[in-house]
Amino acid sequence: MSAATRAIFAASALLIATATAALAASDADYKAAYAAAEAANKEAGLLRNQWTTTASTLSAAKKAGEAGDFDTAVAQAKEAEALAKASIFQATSEKERWKDMEVR
Amino acid sequence: MTRRFAIRAAIATLALGVLALAPAAHAAGAVNPAADKAAFQKFFTSKFPKLKPEDFVNGPYSMNEDLHKQWEEKEQFPPYEFSLEAGKEMFSTPFKNGKTYADCFPNQGIGIRQNYPYFDEKEGKVVTLELALNRCREANGEAPFSYVKDDMAALTAYIAFTSRGKPMDIKIPDDPRALEAYQKGKEYFYTRRGQLNFSCATCHIQSPGERIRAEVLAPALGILNAMPIYRSEWSGMGTTSRRFTTCNSQIRGVPLNPQDDEYRNLEYYLSYVSNGLPISGPGARP
Amino acid sequence: MASSIRVRATSNGDTTEVQALIQHPMDSGFVKDAKGEIIPPHFIQVLTFEYDGKPVFVADWGGGVSKDPYVKFAFKGGKKGDDLKVSWVDNKGATDTTTAKIQ
Repeated sequence: MSAATRAIFAASALLIATATAALAASDADYKAAYAAAEAANKEAGLLRNQWTTTASTLSAAKKAGEAGDFDTAVAQAKEAEALAKASIFQATSEKERWKDMEVR
Repeated sequence: MTRRFAIRAAIATLALGVLALAPAAHAAGAVNPAADKAAFQKFFTSKFPKLKPEDFVNGPYSMNEDLHKQWEEKEQFPPYEFSLEAGKEMFSTPFKNGKTYADCFPNQGIGIRQNYPYFDEKEGKVVTLELALNRCREANGEAPFSYVKDDMAALTAYIAFTSRGKPMDIKIPDDPRALEAYQKGKEYFYTRRGQLNFSCATCHIQSPGERIRAEVLAPALGILNAMPIYRSEWSGMGTTSRRFTTCNSQIRGVPLNPQDDEYRNLEYYLSYVSNGLPISGPGARP
Repeated sequence: MASSIRVRATSNGDTTEVQALIQHPMDSGFVKDAKGEIIPPHFIQVLTFEYDGKPVFVADWGGGVSKDPYVKFAFKGGKKGDDLKVSWVDNKGATDTTTAKIQ
């Protein structure tokens, strides 16, 4: 094999390696995403406005993470974080918005 | 001299009078439960002009003629009969220490349901009937009942039954804490929550008589007067606590604990704005 | 100990109208409890109303009938003051019976 071909092979191998590393989530990624989601949900809890779907998505994330399916675990954790953040937004904005519904 | 004095006195009185009025004028944004109640009741009587005020306590049965006919028939042999009988027996059975529920409540616990919830000025919080019953049990060495299961439902069914026909009579003492509790209850009622973004008002103010899936929605006016209720959906009897918590989860909101402050305040608000309407409990619902 | 059967029978001239409410769990055998275990089937299989020694209404039930069933029907005949006998048998062999006077 010529030096050029070997270089191309090496470069391709490196490219593929980094590409798959970027696609595949790790245990650390899952733990970080889960922690962020859990923290947001806890904040929603302090506002007395957690959603049931946040809780079930968090469980799904945990289940996938424990099974080693980190891609799914991260996706679910990010979804849970989004839901938790939405519930925080809801609780905060409703502090004023509730008056819109009031019968006067 | 007398005339000048008289004028000065008149100006002083006027000034004092204005001062007395001023706080009231400033407090235009302050809590006014009586005004809320008037507006609340008027909203419903205007929306349903064919109904008498007392009809509202029958919830969906006053909203739909077909349901009403079926309900009238059912009331001849109501499904809550078994629970009511069990409740009567529970009420009259003494605790292990020989005392009874009658020892904890005014008028021996008979005909008192329309006075709950009340604001306890010593504690600084709203006390509901369910809470008072469990406190009575614990004060007499008995384990408290679950707020969402059959025993509490049976007991409150009997107590409601002894008050049937009596008008709801919730008092808000002239205490800023009571007014705050009332206001918080009102706020809870109108606040949207859960992933479905519903408030209590979404169904019970905006859509009474309309359907949510297969159910006909009840008006918020008088909605607690029929509690506790035998719900066909539950195939059993349920307390106010059960209804509050299940309503929350139905709109995908994690329920709070039964008898948490928010629920106590909510019950206080909803009961007060229905003052004057008769107690119809225990009730039956689809 | 109260009967599981509440019954009211009213004579309307030619016919007698009957209503009954029966206390029974009527478990179908398809429902799981909180632990995930099947609640065993426990339901009324035969419900009989008898007047003058003859059945006027017989129901053959299965697990599809709800808890604490309510029944309403009318039959030709029946006089005020006469007896109406109601009895049921469930899949566990338990029974209950009561007799009511037609009003």
